Amino acid sequence: MSVNTTPMPPERLLQLDDVHVHFSMREGLVRAVNGVSYHVDRGEVLGIVGESGSGKSVTARAIMRLLSKNAIEAGGRIRFRPEPGKEVEISSLPRDGRQVRELRGGHIGMIFQEPMTALSPVHSIGTQIMRTVMLHRRVGKEAARARAIELLERVQLPKPTEMIERYPHQLSGGMRQRAMIALALSCDPALLIADEPTTALDVTTEAQILELLKSLQAEMGMAIVFITHNFGVVADIADRVAVMYLGRIAETGSVDDIFYQPKHPYTRALLQSIPRLGQAPVRRLKTIPGMVPDPFNAPAGCAFHPRCAYAVPGRCDTLVPEVSLFPGDQSARCHLAGELPEEAL
Amino acid sequence: MVGYITKRALWAIPTLVFVSFISFVIIQLPPGDYITAYAAQLRHGGEYLTEAQEAAMRQQYGLNDPILVQYWRWISNILFRGDFGHSLEWNAPVSSLIWERLGLTLAISTLSMVFTWIIAIPVGVYAATRQYSLFDYLFTVFGFLGKGIPDFLLALILMWLGFTWLNMDVGGLLSPRYESAPWTFDKVLNLLSHLWIPVVVLATGGAAGLIRVMRANMLDEMGKPYVETAYAQGLSERQVVWGYPVRVALNPFISTVGWALPALFSGDVITAVVLNLPTTGPLLLQALKMQDMYLAGSFILILSVFTVVGTLVSDVLLAWSDPRIRYA
Ligand SMILES: Nc1ncnc2c1ncn2[C@@H]1O[C@H](COP(=O)(O)OP(=O)(O)OP(=O)(O)O)[C@@H](O)[C@H]1O
Ligand code: SF4
Ligand SMILES: [Mg+2]
Repeated sequence: MSVNTTPMPPERLLQLDDVHVHFSMREGLVRAVNGVSYHVDRGEVLGIVGESGSGKSVTARAIMRLLSKNAIEAGGRIRFRPEPGKEVEISSLPRDGRQVRELRGGHIGMIFQEPMTALSPVHSIGTQIMRTVMLHRRVGKEAARARAIELLERVQLPKPTEMIERYPHQLSGGMRQRAMIALALSCDPALLIADEPTTALDVTTEAQILELLKSLQAEMGMAIVFITHNFGVVADIADRVAVMYLGRIAETGSVDDIFYQPKHPYTRALLQSIPRLGQAPVRRLKTIPGMVPDPFNAPAGCAFHPRCAYAVPGRCDTLVPEVSLFPGDQSARCHLAGELPEEAL
Repeated sequence: MVGYITKRALWAIPTLVFVSFISFVIIQLPPGDYITAYAAQLRHGGEYLTEAQEAAMRQQYGLNDPILVQYWRWISNILFRGDFGHSLEWNAPVSSLIWERLGLTLAISTLSMVFTWIIAIPVGVYAATRQYSLFDYLFTVFGFLGKGIPDFLLALILMWLGFTWLNMDVGGLLSPRYESAPWTFDKVLNLLSHLWIPVVVLATGGAAGLIRVMRANMLDEMGKPYVETAYAQGLSERQVVWGYPVRVALNPFISTVGWALPALFSGDVITAVVLNLPTTGPLLLQALKMQDMYLAGSFILILSVFTVVGTLVSDVLLAWSDPRIRYA
């Protein structure tokens, strides 16, 4: 497989080309990310969906160079444009070097899944935000404090001047996630990576946090990589979607294309497994048969073939499908992409 | 914070009263009293006391009064006059016997605790951040040796080394010629040249265990999401490790600072005896054996007070370092 070496178009913010991440374990090699390519343009929201274990978080950590010590960054290119006209190849920088640290928190903010434990229990909310601000903006304590108060106001936490003195254990899950968002956005990053930011929250709080992220995005204009299990959430917030399966992107395209003209059987199966508005209420929800195979022995050929309703014996179980391109920047990794029979979704 | 400290301090008062009474009762518990023990000792030497003599002595020392009266006499003298009573065995005021030993005990325990921490914390942190490295294995071995070798044996080995190789006069805390001399610079130097053995002995024993605990705590903490958040903010490894997980991993230690002192009184008596240290441990042992009740009682009382005060200090330190406790 050849790595894409063409220069990034000017509107491009982040581009992953054929990224591989493996983990060496006592039981063998886990190929967690196995040739992922996706990109995000400036100011765009990319939703990433996929079942548990498909490699969404590992890919996100590869961008931040935050992978654990047993990870093997086995190839591919991750490029980022912190400001127009400048290009950084994140994947070739030293892991904990100064340049990577400048990107982290400074140009790329990250929100994690567990709001309960993702903030330091022994530092106040204000201290944690001020630290980041002072680190990247090289400002004094007073300016950082003012910035922290402003940020807490932006994420709509009540009484920001008091809130900066509070500690995480004094806040509810939703409030902590707001504080986490304030922390991630403290230096006006061009990119926000949100790894299942609402999965741990109840439905009402989830909706509020989504609203907040949407309004902050409109206001501040940062691009977002939004990782989730939930297609409904994606439809709500994303401009484009990438569907991941077993360490690869199965399909990517605009939200409308993915929802109304999915080209990959896996995308179809996922869509059929969720309730959708404006559809006959009698439609039965389908579940995808089988389980996600364990990553130690991913199936040969198309990794989805053991569970695929359209699998062609002799082809799908031996040949890895190439990426097929469709109009409107849609692409799918399937032998039958574009030739699937029409089916009610 | 102030409210918390006040509350904790007020709670300490009834605890202290209770503990002081218990210490007094405990020393009364064994059958017989000091006079019985004294008579037995005299008999051993071929002399003996008559019944009448024994009764007279009991009368003189107030040993026939009800226990509450004896307790009140004892505790009120301590509180209002700093008089800890009379050591029957040494025939001297208890306070003259214990204060210097207490000072030395404090000095040794504080020093060895500081050394323990200075060794254990960085090593534990480093071993955790470089898990399974050569360094990590090296200190695992050191940890097992430190835990496995009894303190008194280490003390003997160090004394032997100091004596045969460094030609030092070891044992005790001062060379004989300084023992009753006034405190001068030379005397302090002499003290320091003796002090290193007990400090090393006590610190290695403590550090060995502490390294393991610190390493385990750190491994635990470093896997937590807030550490990843700290990295994702752009902090360097050193800033993250020392600023975040170490802060949390230290809390269990802080909560035990207060126990270090009582431990040296009691737990390390054997080392103190082997090293011939004029600390409180050996004296307490002797007093208990002789049923020298005012001396033993004073020790137990002071020990208990230190425990209560130490726990209070720990709690306050912990509240200062961990907001989850401060605002609980
Ligand atoms: N540190 C690690 N060591 C070994 N294997 C790992 C490690 N981190 C992730 N993996 C493996 O990599 C695969 C992908 O994991 P990842 O966390 O990216 O999944 P995900 O798509 O984010 O799933 P979820 O929706 O559950 O968060 C999984 O099979 C996981 O077991
Ligand atoms: S390549 Fe074959 S098995 Fe894979 S998704 Fe397409 S049809 Fe199904
Ligand atoms: Mg994940």
